[in-house]
Amino acid sequence: MSDPKIEGYKFKPGYSGMAADTGSDQTMFKGVHWGKAMMWIFLLSDTFIFSCFLISYMKGRGSTPVEWPNPSEVFALNAFGVPVPLLLIAIMTFVLITSSGTMALAVKYGYERNRKMCGWLILATALGGLTFVGMQAFEWSKLIHEGVRPWQNPFGAPQFGSFFFMITGFHGTHVSIGVIFLFIYAYKTFAGHYDKGKRGWFTSMKGDYVEIEILGLYWHFVDLVWVFIFAFFYLW
Amino acid sequence: MSEDFNDSKTIQAQSSETISGGGGAEAAPDTDYVRPAELPDQDLYHGHSFITKWVFCQDAKVIGVQYFLLATFTGIIGLILSWLMRLQLGFPGAAGFMTAEHYYQFVTMHGMIMVVYFLTALFLGGFGNYLIPLMTGARDMVFPYVNMVSFWMFFVAVGVLLASFFVPGGPTGSGWTLYPPQAILEGTPGSGMGIILMCISLVLFVAGFTMGGLNYLITVLQARTRGMTLMRMPLTVWGIFTATVLAMLAFPALLVSAIMMTLDKILGTSFFMPTILKAGEVLEYGGGTPILFQHLFWFFGHPEVYIVALPAFGIVSDLISVHSRKNIFGYRMMVWAIVIIGALSFFVWAHHMYVSGMHPWFGFFFATTTLIIAVPTAMKVYNWILTLWKGNIRLNVVMLWCLGFIVTFVNGGITGIFLGNVTVDVPLSDTYFVVAHFHMVMGIAPLMVIMGAVYHWFPLVTGRMLSEKLGKWHFWFTFLGAYSIYFPMHYLGFIGVPRRYFEMYDSPYVTSAVGMNEFISTAAFIVGAAQFILIYNIVTSLKIGKPAGKNPWKANSLEWLTPTVPPEHGNWGDKLPVVHRWPYDFSVPGAKEDFITQTTPPSEVAETEVEKT
Repeated sequence: MSDPKIEGYKFKPGYSGMAADTGSDQTMFKGVHWGKAMMWIFLLSDTFIFSCFLISYMKGRGSTPVEWPNPSEVFALNAFGVPVPLLLIAIMTFVLITSSGTMALAVKYGYERNRKMCGWLILATALGGLTFVGMQAFEWSKLIHEGVRPWQNPFGAPQFGSFFFMITGFHGTHVSIGVIFLFIYAYKTFAGHYDKGKRGWFTSMKGDYVEIEILGLYWHFVDLVWVFIFAFFYLW
Repeated sequence: MSEDFNDSKTIQAQSSETISGGGGAEAAPDTDYVRPAELPDQDLYHGHSFITKWVFCQDAKVIGVQYFLLATFTGIIGLILSWLMRLQLGFPGAAGFMTAEHYYQFVTMHGMIMVVYFLTALFLGGFGNYLIPLMTGARDMVFPYVNMVSFWMFFVAVGVLLASFFVPGGPTGSGWTLYPPQAILEGTPGSGMGIILMCISLVLFVAGFTMGGLNYLITVLQARTRGMTLMRMPLTVWGIFTATVLAMLAFPALLVSAIMMTLDKILGTSFFMPTILKAGEVLEYGGGTPILFQHLFWFFGHPEVYIVALPAFGIVSDLISVHSRKNIFGYRMMVWAIVIIGALSFFVWAHHMYVSGMHPWFGFFFATTTLIIAVPTAMKVYNWILTLWKGNIRLNVVMLWCLGFIVTFVNGGITGIFLGNVTVDVPLSDTYFVVAHFHMVMGIAPLMVIMGAVYHWFPLVTGRMLSEKLGKWHFWFTFLGAYSIYFPMHYLGFIGVPRRYFEMYDSPYVTSAVGMNEFISTAAFIVGAAQFILIYNIVTSLKIGKPAGKNPWKANSLEWLTPTVPPEHGNWGDKLPVVHRWPYDFSVPGAKEDFITQTTPPSEVAETEVEKT
């Protein structure tokens, strides 16, 4: 079921009209699919989770007596013998943002019922996500190799390691879950489940291309959160 | 008349309004017009085996009952823990096995169980699941599968929580607030596996609740039936809906603090752990800030109070209206008060931290916001009383619980105004006055609503009435007993008896506190035992209770208007109900009956003075 048309419903003008539309019967958000509304509200809740993490990070960084390590040194990568600050992280961010683009295209082709293009683009998105997680694993192992642990940090405050591993780990988990679902959805797209309305294995609900858009919302959110994590950890 | 509200006329009116038949010859009068359906009928999975019908069931009503039973079971454990605590406090040494460690563990588990695993799960999981689809005219929750998973996550969370009783060191004994650093340091009971299991259980609970909460929200927002506008929803739905919004925004803070605490314990991070000297040695922790935990915890903890209170406000409004045969006074004001209380509850959390050493201006700010909440809350109390005013009050068990709630809530609310002021709070902080306050306002008061709601909706769920006679015994024991417990506690607080103390030893309070503690404990045993009257009542009424028939209370809201009682999976048979009015048209001048159901079209009551809603 894609977004239903609201036959015969005329939106009313002005603020009082907006209030009347909002409070009208059946649905508050006219024509918005249940799953989409659910994802938006879930993302609002998830925003609060990440906000709590990042605010805790600010508070923790502000109150630790030991000096915070310099991010442009800690996160530097040696390229051709020259330490380039934020090199890896720039590539990671680029890959993740690009995957947001392919995701948006996948949604477009999905609604155009272009099964093949949609499937390939979902697969490209999944690969982008996988690359991101892989590079994050590389960065983690580099830091661990240099002696950074959740409980200690040779470059300064131990809270740096604690917050870094916890928050990027929590975000990485989000990306990994997204990648798993992207692969499942890519399979379902290629197999034509969304064209035929095949019922889901668990939920027994009919498949529809709107599911790709819902997953897309999640994926864009994960990218957006990364921008904040990037700013707070690497640029501050 | 109550038997045949769903008569043929209503059905005809509905069928003539469907999309295709809108302009038919026998069309209903224009006044009865309701916009056609926006969405096709919901696609439901019907269980066909015992497992899919009763265990991993996708029917919100069964899930609601499952939540109700499991939460009640957990609540009974909490009750038994409170007995053990009272035994120690009233008669020190009477329970031989009771050590100070045990006492702290029981305090902690009692608090956490009652607040999160009992009240939250019961109101939102239990009543929310059962009532939201029925009251809004939906066939089921919008994501039945996710809803089912939600309950089983809760089941696992309870399992993990109870498992902590059986691990080495026992459950955590750091108080339900779990304040670090002591929660995870040796010397606190259960600082090993106990606290870890508690954190894991909370994370599971939050994950499970999020799944359920998304269902409640989207069902209310996007799956109401034709004619069910937001301002025609029963206040029960408004209360549960707003509480769910609070939960979706407040539980993240709990989740984050639980994760960080677990990491502090398992990995040795120092999020919340300052430099600590122990027996002359510096521990490996250092550089963290315990106050951060307090902020995170209370950013969850204060909205949590309203997560419990708002559904109670909503439910009690409906019960009072039905059983005093009067429309709820100031419906819109009630709705806005619920929403405003919910919004304000996010700006008051630090009033739990007045003694944490915060800046005086900070306390000033939070005292102000706290006292502002009294305004919408007082509006609600006035409206309940004005609903009762000159109503045709039926003094049955449900009404008794409602009256008990109003009195108790006012009582607990007034002591809340004491504690909301920094200068009054500081001397009263951590005394029995605080214990009395929060038990009155968020323990006993919502519990009274739950009891009233059980007596009110039991006929709907089972098709049989509960015994009124046993119910009255249950009410009076509980009501008088609860006041015998908590009134003296205010006094104990004033003379300075600190809370969470295992024993008073030879403190100067002894003379007046000892006798009072014995009295409180005796009352607590009686009140606790009186709850088994309800359980006996439920068990026997299932078999021999008077058959309720349809709509025994002559209520207006949709849950009583299903074609079969108890309602079946899908709730409404072939045709979804069509709503023409709010659920509070009681005692309308000129009407044949003293109630007009939500599905009665305007043309049938044209000559009455019914309000347009």
